[in-house]
Amino acid sequence: MDGEELTQQETELYDRQIRVWGVDAQRRLSKANVLVCGMTGTVAEFCKNIVLAGVGSVTLVDDGVVTEAALSANFLIPPDESVSKGRTLAELCCDSLVEFNSMVRVSVEKGDISSFGEDFFSKFDVVVISSCSLATKKLINEKCRRLLRRVAFYTVDCRDSCGEIFVDLQNYKYTKKKVDEAVEFELKYPSFEEAITTPWKRLPRRMARLYFAMRVIEKFEEAEGRKPGETSILDFPGVMKKRQELCEEESFNESQIPDYLLERLVVGTREFPPVCAVIGGILGQEVIKAISGKGDPLKNFFFFDAFDGKGIIEDISNPDAAS
Amino acid sequence: MDSPPPLSAIKDAKVLMVGAGGIGCELLKTLALSGFPDIHIIDMDTIEVSNLNRQFLFRQKHVGQSKAKVAREAVLRFRPNISITPYHANVKDPDFNVDFFKQFSVVLNGLDNLDARRHVNRLCLAADVPLVESGTTGFLGQVTVHLKGKTECYECQPKPAPKSYPVCTITSTPSKFVHCIVWAKDLLFAKLFGDKAQDNDLNVRSGNASTSDHTEDVFERRKDEDIEEYGRRIYDHVFGYNIEVALANEETWKNRSKPRPIYSKDVLPERLIKQNGNMDSASATDNPSSVSAMASLGMKNPQEIWSLMENSKIFLEALKLFFGKRKKEVGNLSFDKDDQLAVEFVTSAANIRASSFGIPLHSLFESKGIAGNIVHAVATTNAIIAGLIVIEAIKVLQKDARSYRMTYCLEHPSKKMLLMPVEPYEPNKSCYVCSETPLSLEINTHRSTLREFVDKIVKAKLGMNLPLIMHGSALLYEVGDDLEEDMVTNYAANLEKVLSELPSPVTSGTLLTVEDLQQELTCNISIKHREEFDEEKEPDGMVLSGWTPAPAVEKKDENHVDNGVGTSKNITNAEQVETNEDLEIVPADIEIPAEKKRKLSEISNNDGLGTSRVAAKTNNHSKVQDLDDDDDVVFISGGDSDPSKKRKLH
Ligand SMILES: [Zn+2]
Repeated sequence: MDGEELTQQETELYDRQIRVWGVDAQRRLSKANVLVCGMTGTVAEFCKNIVLAGVGSVTLVDDGVVTEAALSANFLIPPDESVSKGRTLAELCCDSLVEFNSMVRVSVEKGDISSFGEDFFSKFDVVVISSCSLATKKLINEKCRRLLRRVAFYTVDCRDSCGEIFVDLQNYKYTKKKVDEAVEFELKYPSFEEAITTPWKRLPRRMARLYFAMRVIEKFEEAEGRKPGETSILDFPGVMKKRQELCEEESFNESQIPDYLLERLVVGTREFPPVCAVIGGILGQEVIKAISGKGDPLKNFFFFDAFDGKGIIEDISNPDAAS
Repeated sequence: MDSPPPLSAIKDAKVLMVGAGGIGCELLKTLALSGFPDIHIIDMDTIEVSNLNRQFLFRQKHVGQSKAKVAREAVLRFRPNISITPYHANVKDPDFNVDFFKQFSVVLNGLDNLDARRHVNRLCLAADVPLVESGTTGFLGQVTVHLKGKTECYECQPKPAPKSYPVCTITSTPSKFVHCIVWAKDLLFAKLFGDKAQDNDLNVRSGNASTSDHTEDVFERRKDEDIEEYGRRIYDHVFGYNIEVALANEETWKNRSKPRPIYSKDVLPERLIKQNGNMDSASATDNPSSVSAMASLGMKNPQEIWSLMENSKIFLEALKLFFGKRKKEVGNLSFDKDDQLAVEFVTSAANIRASSFGIPLHSLFESKGIAGNIVHAVATTNAIIAGLIVIEAIKVLQKDARSYRMTYCLEHPSKKMLLMPVEPYEPNKSCYVCSETPLSLEINTHRSTLREFVDKIVKAKLGMNLPLIMHGSALLYEVGDDLEEDMVTNYAANLEKVLSELPSPVTSGTLLTVEDLQQELTCNISIKHREEFDEEKEPDGMVLSGWTPAPAVEKKDENHVDNGVGTSKNITNAEQVETNEDLEIVPADIEIPAEKKRKLSEISNNDGLGTSRVAAKTNNHSKVQDLDDDDDVVFISGGDSDPSKKRKLH
């Protein structure tokens, strides 16, 4: 790097993690700017992790107000109404996060993320969005991809006791030490749109079912004009119908997307705090990897289901798509 | 979108957390968010600056305060209506007895050392309370579930013993940097600045002339001796003369490369300090804790590897500062990783010794990690592990034994998995902790004292806290507050006796009973007399079998610190591994010996009363589901048609 040394304060505070990822990685972290949209419990966990790790700045976007649901899994929101009244989720989370690490700049950006221009996104090294519609996910991902500088893009969503992370690092080069020499690796990531339009038949047989189930829910919510997570058991027949439609289109066996899994996702719209911790932890680790250039980043989906306890990586990219 | 109330199992639960450190902070937060209403938390530690990068409930202003208490206050800020009871105390305190443990539905460990883990394991077994155990190091972590009679206990599988080194590797034939650190810290530092009454192997070398009378003089500062002269004399003695003496023993170097004696005049100009240094540059403040040889020499970067000359300057400067600025402490100092000057001294001494032996030098940062047994730690792994602990705890509360898992958090995916669940194993029938299997001990009953037996076996190996030793009905030893004075005298006398000369002589064939009243653990040890022991391979001079701890693992990465670095005899590292959660079993690439043990599901006749949170929700769905239907992704067993894995939802 450029030979800048960490301050004594940084060396002391970050001592234990520098022992894990080294001084260079710590320096890169301290210069990284992260944008976060959608202050869910999972995102709160993620923010805590990267603020503690010592990124340069974190910008929060979420104009929502405190609801019981928002409060249930998010430890950054004070439960006291006199404190939270008239303030947005992003503002409340920001107040809590600044206390975690005085060396990280935490701020709030107001507005609708889908209306932000490319210029806005170009200020960041990492963009993480949560609880956004399918259209918004695609839109932000495309905006990030059109920028000259590479912006690492992530989506994260938790429903019931399941979680999903999507990663787009575009063309990502990193080096790894193999025995004594440094070997260069290059990974080509598909966009969100490219990934989810990969024909299901072409995907490996042993794919995490959560992937398909999440796509069914996503399509259902889009078709019905729902906000993410705006479903209940009453929607279950509709979701089953959506599954049938999609499976027909994809010539895919419906039994690969079990009823019980869909039902959990439709009903359990509330986040499950232990899963928030797990998914927020994995996402934190991935963002730290991408910023520091240390370690193999995951490509390009991660799934966790507390039901079986597996945390699985799936590479979902269309081999035919021009990258 | 109506909100589901917390599961009834959680609502009625009273849980005990042991440890409020890296995992503990995350765990307390996740328990509180998940709706646990009554949480007790024990931690004896106070908050340090280096905790703040991951123990997110703590702030700068809390440094020095009780972790358990501050953690409670922090969590009550976002969950004011739950009950959190903190104990700023050692979990090994007698107050935390079996009755105390019995009040909890489940015990959750976020501990940092083997000793306390074993202690809690025993209390959980005695109280018959389920235990969820955890550990992390760097990006690796694991969570395991221990339920008496159902799954293996924490001690069913031997744990890697703390690495120790033979005395002569440290005193004469170091081959790794860690050997130089142990020498610098446990021998040289202790000799110069520690308790003079302590035995010290610094000058002990096989078949050599230097008598102890002579060496005592060497380390003593002579009357009116100039401090730099004294420093140079020590330098020349330990890095020059002692190496020459060692070289004289040709036998030692037949298959080893010979070390090079180093004298201060060859490395540094004469009268160094008078030329450029000045003693006052370090004394911007009179606070002894801020005295630093690096500062007074104008060196800033702890990541830099110093040259031999720089190390030599630091060595002399640090020694000078100890005798100049911290004179009062000399004679009763012990190494502390947070003592900057001590770390500087040890780093430089280890590096000079390393130069002598052709071992690569290390930075102060790295040396500090090795000397202080600092475990690598990041917030993310702790958060993930805490989430997994809560998931297991909920299953335990729901008595959903079939879905218990031990989960590994991996750095590199294995079979596409970063989080890998494995079915728990049944108890090990030969585990002396949970199955009362007798142990056997080979020992020289004419030479070993009861004290050695207590220290090396009862405490170090069996991990007992308040032991009681019986031979038949004769009490040989006992610890406790309420003992009669004559008994205390009696036991003290017994400690110094060799086994065969005890009031009730212990000889070959004797069966000793060792009991810990607090842990409610009893072990029978059959004694076998043996005359000779290999000093290198059996440094304890006694061998315990029937339960075999795994050989100490030498970690690949030099940076990675061994726990409890130390050698036998006098070079014992009494320092506790610090505030991190060390991992006992590091699953680099786990292979589960499927045939060797039966899995829980095969022995469990629990008929699916387990409904996990998700299952409970799905219950109204009247279809039989095969929940583990992609189970073959997990390689815990070769079997693909194990019917016990299939589970009905209703
Ligand atoms: Zn056992």
